Amino acid sequence: MSLHEISLTVNGAVVTKQVEARTLLVHFIRENLELTGTHIGCDTTSCGACTVLLNGKPTKSCTVFAVQANQATLETVESVAEGGKLHPIQQGFWEKHGLQCGFCTPGMIMTTKSLLQKNPRPTEAEIREGISGNICRCTGYNKIVEAVQYAADKLGEAR
Amino acid sequence: MIPAQFDYHAPRSLDEAIALLRQHEGAKVLAGGQSLIPAMRFRLAQPEVLIDINGIAQLDYIKERGGHLALGALTRETALEESPLIAERYALLLDTAKVVADPLVRQRATVGGNLAHADPANDHPATMLAYGAQVVARGPAGERVIEIDNFFTGLFESALGPQEILTEIRIPAPGPGSAGAYLKIERKVGDYAVTGVAVQLTLTGNICKSIRIGLTNVNPTPMRALEAEARLTGQALTDDALEAAGRLAASACSPSADLRGSEEYKRDLTRVVMKRAVRLAQSRVKGTN
Repeated sequence: MSLHEISLTVNGAVVTKQVEARTLLVHFIRENLELTGTHIGCDTTSCGACTVLLNGKPTKSCTVFAVQANQATLETVESVAEGGKLHPIQQGFWEKHGLQCGFCTPGMIMTTKSLLQKNPRPTEAEIREGISGNICRCTGYNKIVEAVQYAADKLGEAR
Repeated sequence: MIPAQFDYHAPRSLDEAIALLRQHEGAKVLAGGQSLIPAMRFRLAQPEVLIDINGIAQLDYIKERGGHLALGALTRETALEESPLIAERYALLLDTAKVVADPLVRQRATVGGNLAHADPANDHPATMLAYGAQVVARGPAGERVIEIDNFFTGLFESALGPQEILTEIRIPAPGPGSAGAYLKIERKVGDYAVTGVAVQLTLTGNICKSIRIGLTNVNPTPMRALEAEARLTGQALTDDALEAAGRLAASACSPSADLRGSEEYKRDLTRVVMKRAVRLAQSRVKGTN
């Protein structure tokens, strides 16, 4: 068994911790950093509820070891709202009812953030493709697509 | 689910990684980890040592040189999807990268890992068989080139030695009249193929000068549909010829019944999808449409 000291930037702040090699990033986030917005849905790399941005890339945090995030930049759903104000993506999920039970929402929001950074004006088909690694068992996805469109419009106005 | 304990090393160079493989018998190489980590969570894999090669930047490249496309083993699926070179000249490879797992997994998943895992359900094995690719491996004794036809030796088994690392994939640059396509039938995004067919062909006018066909997830090992290839080589691609070749592919493969369908269903679907993939590849040959 190997123990490793890792240092990474989590939601803007540098964090240094000891981790076991086998600790998955999602467990590190939830249990060591106590950031429980990131969810564990399936534990089989299927559902995307654990999606975070690792060096800016949307990543299933159940499928990477925490030790691999050494020297990385990590963004979780807790970083999305700024100064207590909902981000336009979060407003979109609120306004368009893009969630019911809410379990998939943190992953959906992080995937959406990455999607809109890459493609600020996605078509409906591009949104559906973009969120196809995130599973929602409540909404049937239509309301999530509307939420993403709402966020794209809001972010477009702000530019 | 928590994997069993292991020791972790993150070498910064290929030489260092190979030295670590020599030192630690039974060590596993960790690339994208999108197959290995799920297997470790289920404890289907319990390596005592992991050698993480993600820090070896020299293994991440896409470039044409000396008549082939060279892909570093750490090339991510997303990089293939976003490469103008791949979009321009390697349609079969682009088709494949787009349907591996899901968009999040493709951020980390590597083409080298997809091959080295030697899972007949993975998508790149069929594609590389259709391309007639070569795999470059490096170990303590140096570098060697393995023809893809000799690479897949069994279920989850490849020709790689225990101290070797897959470093590069070489795809022959397509000549005039050449094109390819990959078609995958999946129940949902992220699932393995019910069946998948990779085709790379060269046409002279209406005649199929050469063709290679790879099949996904319908055999215990990744396979070529050799009888179907022979049936089409030197022939006009008529509906009758395609139907006959499709039937040959369907009888040559050996799918197992599972939640995705019965053996008969998978065979018949392979027949149909093979015909469609050949037609799609044909339509992509420049000057034919």
